[in-house]
Amino acid sequence: MAIEPILSARGLVKRYGRVTALDYADFDLYPGEILAVIGDNGAGKSSLIKAISGAVTPDEGEIRLEGQQVQFKSPMEAREAGIETVYQNLALSPALSIADNMFLGREIRKPGVLGSWFRMLDRPAMEKRARDKLSELGLMTIQNINQAVETLSGGQRQGVAVARAAAFGSKVVIMDEPTAALGVKESRKVLELILDVRSRGLPIVLISHNMPHVFEVADRIHIHRLGKRLTVINPKEYTMSDAVAFMTGAKAPAEPVAA
Amino acid sequence: MTEAQEFERVLDESDKNVASFEHSDISFLKRAQHFLHSTPAAVPLIVLVLAIIIFGLTIGGRFFSSYTLTLILQQIAIVGILGAAQTLVILTAGIDLSIGVIMVFSAVIMGNCAITYGLPTPIAIAIGMGTGGLCGLLNGFLVAFMKLPPFIVTLGTWSIVMATNFIYSANETIRDADVDAQAPLLHLFAVSFRLGTAVLTLGVIAMVLLVLALWYILNHTAWGRHVYAVGDDPEAAKLSGIQTKRVLLAVYTISGVIAAFAAWVSIGRNGSISPSAAVTDYNLQAITATVIGGISLFGGRGSILGTLFGAMIVGVVSMGLNMLGADPQWKVLLTGVLIIAAVAVDQWIRKVSV
Repeated sequence: MAIEPILSARGLVKRYGRVTALDYADFDLYPGEILAVIGDNGAGKSSLIKAISGAVTPDEGEIRLEGQQVQFKSPMEAREAGIETVYQNLALSPALSIADNMFLGREIRKPGVLGSWFRMLDRPAMEKRARDKLSELGLMTIQNINQAVETLSGGQRQGVAVARAAAFGSKVVIMDEPTAALGVKESRKVLELILDVRSRGLPIVLISHNMPHVFEVADRIHIHRLGKRLTVINPKEYTMSDAVAFMTGAKAPAEPVAA
Repeated sequence: MTEAQEFERVLDESDKNVASFEHSDISFLKRAQHFLHSTPAAVPLIVLVLAIIIFGLTIGGRFFSSYTLTLILQQIAIVGILGAAQTLVILTAGIDLSIGVIMVFSAVIMGNCAITYGLPTPIAIAIGMGTGGLCGLLNGFLVAFMKLPPFIVTLGTWSIVMATNFIYSANETIRDADVDAQAPLLHLFAVSFRLGTAVLTLGVIAMVLLVLALWYILNHTAWGRHVYAVGDDPEAAKLSGIQTKRVLLAVYTISGVIAAFAAWVSIGRNGSISPSAAVTDYNLQAITATVIGGISLFGGRGSILGTLFGAMIVGVVSMGLNMLGADPQWKVLLTGVLIIAAVAVDQWIRKVSV
């Protein structure tokens, strides 16, 4: 591929005591694509994702965002650099409203004295942006953006979390098992949402155990095995059983890395 | 639309309204639950109004006078202010058992600085406030950075501060007359003015203003939303980019400062400054007001206005029973019932869902 990857990692190593979670792992995400990351339990997927989302600092290796080397010490720093993560537990505050949740940690203050002296939140502006974002993603017919998140269904909560990531993620959105806790219909809704986010030009890293979902939406599939990238496959050229075979070591990929 | 897979084909005919917010056939009880969920101060307000009506009907005009009602406010000023401090801490899913003794210790420090050491009164007050803040900071540090449970931390500092208070002061009371003569500013919050038969002290006004200010901060500033988020789900708050440790540290410190402010108000109300006031259960009264006010002990839920109503409920009940000539133990009994009822209602409201 002639295009430069937007996010890449080379030779990442992460050890926890005597366990090597990442063993010189590589990673590449190209602009505008959905890259699925799959791997067996314990293959080091989570460590890889944590390293690129800033949740852990790798012992060795380098991460580049748009060609610039970056070193995230916390998820906050990754967020500031434009990498948003939708966590499996969603990281929403149940008792707060949809709007409050979307802006949690980066609230908008009123202009002028009210904002600078009295630190007053600009509720109307936050509510408007939250509503715009949710309807832009074709998400919901919202009646009350001030509804507490705990009164929403699982799919709706996922929608709020994805909308938050899409609203603020300027470069990359990482989604950790977005359909794991959802029913069939709600999963479909979330998959549409993922494609919607991509159509907005944001590349997505999708971590999932659900092979049908991965093969349906991913442009490329990164297969992680024994702490490193085993191969990257095109879902159109391989079957789900091939992917599972690679993932579990039942079969070796034809070429080492088909990028 | 993504291309559906084989097993999902049938979904085309299915109901597509998964993620809409429509409500239909909601029973009255459900609607009440929703209303209370979004308006947490409503329950204590309703109870308060009911209590006033019931005692007004049984006692008559004597109770229903503005004199009696404002007297109740004077009696609850200290507990109301301490309850406000307690509310901040409980909103973060913590508890502060030490604020009662922090208040007494701060009062003793203020009194000693102003009268025994002869420092200018404003400086004595600032030192007292600083003492309260430092005690709170210690609590906050132990909770946020040492990750010790708030109950244990403040149980410990409760004893530590109480003992320090007695050792330092040698249990000597500073007399009312001495305070008046040398540091009248310490009695500032006893200043009262009349509106007809209503008597308001500056202490009452301070309590109301403090609660209103905290209400504004909790509901209309980012920091306030962070306090709720930390109490609600600390892990989610952290992942959302909130510096949870700093929020906790600030909450406990502010709680200490407010306790010291309550100390200043209490000097006005009590006249003298007595270290042995530390044995009074101000602390439990503040927790009672907070819980009756609908602040969830599990954190993240409730409105600080509820705490004010909760303190008023306790005040109204004890005044009402007093005027009826009932045994004071009835007040204690009724308070216990209210606490359990408040927590039961809280649990019910928390179960709200679509």
